[in-house]
Amino acid sequence: MGALSIRNVVKEYGRGAQANRVIHGVSAEIADGEFIVIVGPSGCGKSTLLRMVAGLEEISGGEIAIGGRVVNDVEPADRDIAMVFQNYALYPHMSVYDNMAYGLKIAKLPRDEIDARVRKAAGVLELGQLLERKPRQLSGGQRQRVAMGRAIVRQPQVFLFDEPLSNLDAKLRAQTRIEIRKLHAELGVTSLFVTHDQVEAMTLAQRMIVMNRGVMEQIGSPKAVYARPETTFVAGFIGSPPMNLVTGRAEGARFELPGAVVALPAPAPRDGDLVLGARPEHLALTPGGWPMRVELVEMLGAERLVHGRIGETAITVRVDGTQSPPSAGQTVGLSIAPAHLHWFDAGSRRRIEA
Amino acid sequence: MVERRPGLNLLAHLVLVLGVAIVAFPLYLTFVASTQTAEQIVQNRPMSLLPGDNLVESWRVALFGGTTNYGAATPPVAPMLWTSFVSAMVIAVGKIAISLLSAFAFVYFRFPGRSLCFWMVFVTLMLPVEVRIGPTYEVVSNLGMLNTYAGLTVPLIASATATFLFRQFFLTVPDELVEAARIDGAGPMRFFRDVLVPLSATSIAALFVIQFIYGWNQYLWPLLVTTDESRYPIVLGIKRMISGGDAYTEWNVVMATALLAMLPPAAVVLLMQRWFVKGLVDSEK
Repeated sequence: MGALSIRNVVKEYGRGAQANRVIHGVSAEIADGEFIVIVGPSGCGKSTLLRMVAGLEEISGGEIAIGGRVVNDVEPADRDIAMVFQNYALYPHMSVYDNMAYGLKIAKLPRDEIDARVRKAAGVLELGQLLERKPRQLSGGQRQRVAMGRAIVRQPQVFLFDEPLSNLDAKLRAQTRIEIRKLHAELGVTSLFVTHDQVEAMTLAQRMIVMNRGVMEQIGSPKAVYARPETTFVAGFIGSPPMNLVTGRAEGARFELPGAVVALPAPAPRDGDLVLGARPEHLALTPGGWPMRVELVEMLGAERLVHGRIGETAITVRVDGTQSPPSAGQTVGLSIAPAHLHWFDAGSRRRIEA
Repeated sequence: MVERRPGLNLLAHLVLVLGVAIVAFPLYLTFVASTQTAEQIVQNRPMSLLPGDNLVESWRVALFGGTTNYGAATPPVAPMLWTSFVSAMVIAVGKIAISLLSAFAFVYFRFPGRSLCFWMVFVTLMLPVEVRIGPTYEVVSNLGMLNTYAGLTVPLIASATATFLFRQFFLTVPDELVEAARIDGAGPMRFFRDVLVPLSATSIAALFVIQFIYGWNQYLWPLLVTTDESRYPIVLGIKRMISGGDAYTEWNVVMATALLAMLPPAAVVLLMQRWFVKGLVDSEK
């Protein structure tokens, strides 16, 4: 019922030769009830994509279908979607109740049906006590819940979330994240959630779409995206601190990088110019490993980040906070298990399977 | 001032009292004059500053007209008050309605010639009634609107100022609100009525006060388009009572009429002020 198909969708501003293309043919098939997170840096087109699904932006090319019906030329109100905005977009002069009921009133639902839906949503979101308040009398978290309530009462086929947590403080954000997951488990409605925060993406998504410059770099479960990034962009974007990416020249088990040559634990998938990826958490300090000159050590409580250089390439290593750290200026050895090495083509920046 | 200095406090109060006195004294004088008889005003030089005993009589003659002690007939002011009230209301409400709608069109619709229209409205700021009074009179008289409410009000309704004010306000309304309304299925006019107008309540109240007083105080335009005494607004009526030269003027009646002319705008300010403050407190952009 609530499946969402995005087929080769393109967005251009302007016409003809000067058209500025911001989304370059994105395709994704989203199953009914799935929770999909679109993540990417600002300006990557993730919000534009969401707004095209909502019907707030015109679709320049391709097709979007909701529940099997192509909605390219359907008004937002008739697409059977509901959207939660970043700044909530509550009607400031209406009470919480009226904010939630407004869309239903326009749809001319019977009064008792509206009342039942609003009260039920208010119950789920614990807004029962606040129904008569105006948005300005609510805290940020409460406003956010009202915005979700407004989406829930519509009983849509697809929920769209446009960075709904970015205006909340860190603690509330973590809490709301859990609430959204619970809500999704309870309602089982297909959801599309846009964020620039990879923690949100990793924790919420059943599958996530990583976007960069209007191109879908990868779609997959958070685990898969983390374990097997398809491109160097995904490798550098997902994971904190980001994966170390070292450009160099491989020859068997020898890897030549600017200013140094290291021995690989297993031979590279092929010889030539490659990018080697190694996550900071997979590197270990081992005497006799790759020689790294330590420049800075950051203490983060449970762990420490050791920043240094192999030759001219900057490398970050994550070590346990209890381990006694190396000091700046010292040279330490690094090692990594062969399974944790990622290889990418230096030209196309795409993954090469070992 | 954050400082606490009794000396400065005293000075501040002194200045305020002086200001109030400067504003209030002429009003008081008007009131006192309306409580005396015409002879008392003319004969006592300077005029007595204590209220006399002719209050009821002066105000009765002013409101309902009649002949005074000297047999001079004065026209009743009550119908003039009505004319002024209707004109001022029509002008204020009309200005607000048209400005709201045109600002709505400028901000939320993309139509050919939008910026041309906008600049034409802008240019009318340079053409107040006084400048275009000749051609406007010609048009109004050709349309047979002399001595009518339409003639009194319609030429004064178009307002570039109010259009700008609402335009600026609409520009501050977040786009997400428009989008949320679209997703909720509200069409443009529904959005206008359910969201924009309630949000503009404060500006509407403020504009109403300003435009009501503007309409009430019109003098030059009614002077031209009304020749029939039954269509005189009160501001014209006052002028007509003061006969020039050596002729006799019933100053007590004139003063009572002047006070009557001041009361409705004052009432509007006082009433709307409460509303205005409520609007400021209640609404949030």
